[in-house]
Amino acid sequence: MELTAEKKLWMYRKMYEIRCFELEVDKLFKANMIWGTCHLSVGEEATAVGAIAALEKDDMITSTHRGHGHCIAKGGKLPQMFAELLGKETGYCRGRGGSMHIADIETGNLGANGIVGGGIPIATGAALASKMKKDGKVTLCFFGDGANNQGVFHESLNIASLWKLPVVYVCENNQYGMSVAFKKSTAAENVADRAAAYNMPGEIVDGNDVEAVYFAVKKAVDRARRGEGPSLIEAKTYRWLGHSKSDANVYRTKEEIEEWKKKCPIKRYRAKLVEEGVATEEELDKIEKEVEGEIQEAIEYAKNSPEPSVEDIADGVYA
Amino acid sequence: MAEKLYIEALREGLREELLRDEKVFLLGEDIGIYGGAFGVTKGLVQEFGEERIIDTPISEQAITGIAVGAAVAGMRPVVEIMFFDFLTLAMDQLINQGAKIRYMFGGKAKVPMVVRAPMGCGTGAAAQHSQSFPGVFAHFPGLKVVMPSTPYDVKGLIKAAIRDDNPVLFAEHKLLYRVKGEVPDDEYVLPLGKADVKRKGNDVTVVAGSIMVLRALEAAKELEKEGIDVEVVDPRTLKPLDMKTIIDSVKKTGRVLIVEDDPVSFGWGAEIAAGIVGSEAFDYLDAPVKRLGGLDIPIPYNPNLERHAVPQVEDIVKAVKDLLR
Repeated sequence: MELTAEKKLWMYRKMYEIRCFELEVDKLFKANMIWGTCHLSVGEEATAVGAIAALEKDDMITSTHRGHGHCIAKGGKLPQMFAELLGKETGYCRGRGGSMHIADIETGNLGANGIVGGGIPIATGAALASKMKKDGKVTLCFFGDGANNQGVFHESLNIASLWKLPVVYVCENNQYGMSVAFKKSTAAENVADRAAAYNMPGEIVDGNDVEAVYFAVKKAVDRARRGEGPSLIEAKTYRWLGHSKSDANVYRTKEEIEEWKKKCPIKRYRAKLVEEGVATEEELDKIEKEVEGEIQEAIEYAKNSPEPSVEDIADGVYA
Repeated sequence: MAEKLYIEALREGLREELLRDEKVFLLGEDIGIYGGAFGVTKGLVQEFGEERIIDTPISEQAITGIAVGAAVAGMRPVVEIMFFDFLTLAMDQLINQGAKIRYMFGGKAKVPMVVRAPMGCGTGAAAQHSQSFPGVFAHFPGLKVVMPSTPYDVKGLIKAAIRDDNPVLFAEHKLLYRVKGEVPDDEYVLPLGKADVKRKGNDVTVVAGSIMVLRALEAAKELEKEGIDVEVVDPRTLKPLDMKTIIDSVKKTGRVLIVEDDPVSFGWGAEIAAGIVGSEAFDYLDAPVKRLGGLDIPIPYNPNLERHAVPQVEDIVKAVKDLLR
């Protein structure tokens, strides 16, 4: 299995896009332009991008409350994403969903989810649909370390393995379920260890190494597509910022955060690409400039978009 | 026209939809070779195979969530939850996911799924296998709620529920399964959101749902002997709710009793009562609106206590007489 230069650069671009997106969201939030709450994935870009890079275009994903990165990597459009966060009519959910419910069924993104673990059976069901329709699609299910203690995690993984469904479970273990450390919440040493109980492969991967994530997920996706059933992959990573907007980080030390920042997935990958001769510093700078421009355009689009009309408040409850 | 049991008519409806649309499939606990705890799906696995009549582990939340995911991905799943009480285990997936997805996603997803569940007491199954609470589900935007009372209705409404592009909760009272009624030989589908006048009358309107329709009709027969002419209106679907048919009936009779199998406090009967008094029917009322429903207790085991936990024919007879006093 080899990655083309084109794919590598795509992964770099997407990680950078996610980083910029999240930092701009943070700014917009602080400027009171974003209502409610949002959960940022700064530091976790490699898991979203590496995992989704292993999918075909028509494959499906389910996402989490920390889902901006998944949406971007799956082909979500930045203007519609910013517009949704600003609650605008032009947003992915016409301003009805906000950060925690961005979905883009057309690109196979079956949605972020405000319920921890809520997407796990939904991904499993989408995979059942693929198996029944024989459409060859694989569904990738993102969830966090917190979700691995929900009952529905157990119910769903058991069924997926029993029925050999084409689904890949990717746990983004960012070490904390809100404030509670993984070691305080989970009796198993690793989430991936639990795969044994479901008779499926379980693999631990460095979640800050985009290519490592890609190769682990690719193996699982290929297996799923061959009809051999699901896998559980645990990507160990770290969220740099607080759980949500109200988090003062009282449950962890600055030193710990700084340690993880040294393992920045984007910086690491940049160094690797230059070292391998895939791109020069200048070429990567150019990508970054392009992305920054796109982000600003997207924000402008969102700011200039209309508010949803109160007259249409009940649109979309029923089909 | 042939006489059929409710359970047979329901099974026929499921079977016809399985034949009509290959996207339709059933999943639930013991619905395969066992035929379901009450026998609704008997014979279907032999005809449609294990790929479409799927026996699941005892995992109500996952089964319901899998149906949500399969529906969003283009299938039309029909879930059987073995007892209505077990729906509490599936609430996150049914309410937070299934019912809300379409709106949360800006109207850009469809969740065409049905969740069927047998409800009600009268079998000695006690508190965790006997409760009726379809009214709870009518409280959640995004769901539709159906509770057919006759073999004719159950067949026409299950077909409509399966064809509907929204999540539908389908409440089957287990004492109805063995009730017989006329069912047309030709195919038919009944609309969701249309009440049915089960008996015409001029003196009192009894609005009753599910098993209570049968008890109301029996009560009407007894009251007829005393010269009281009862009209029985069956909403058939709680959501959408056809208030117009109810209001028209009350305008005609001026008196109304609402009978439900749900616990009466905060029940759907209160919603209908409020709908009546808030409408033009208010001016036609000759007596206060009256409600009957389950007592505010978990369903007890002892057969005599169990019988007294929900309205019976004699309770309806008495309540109608009170209204006319």
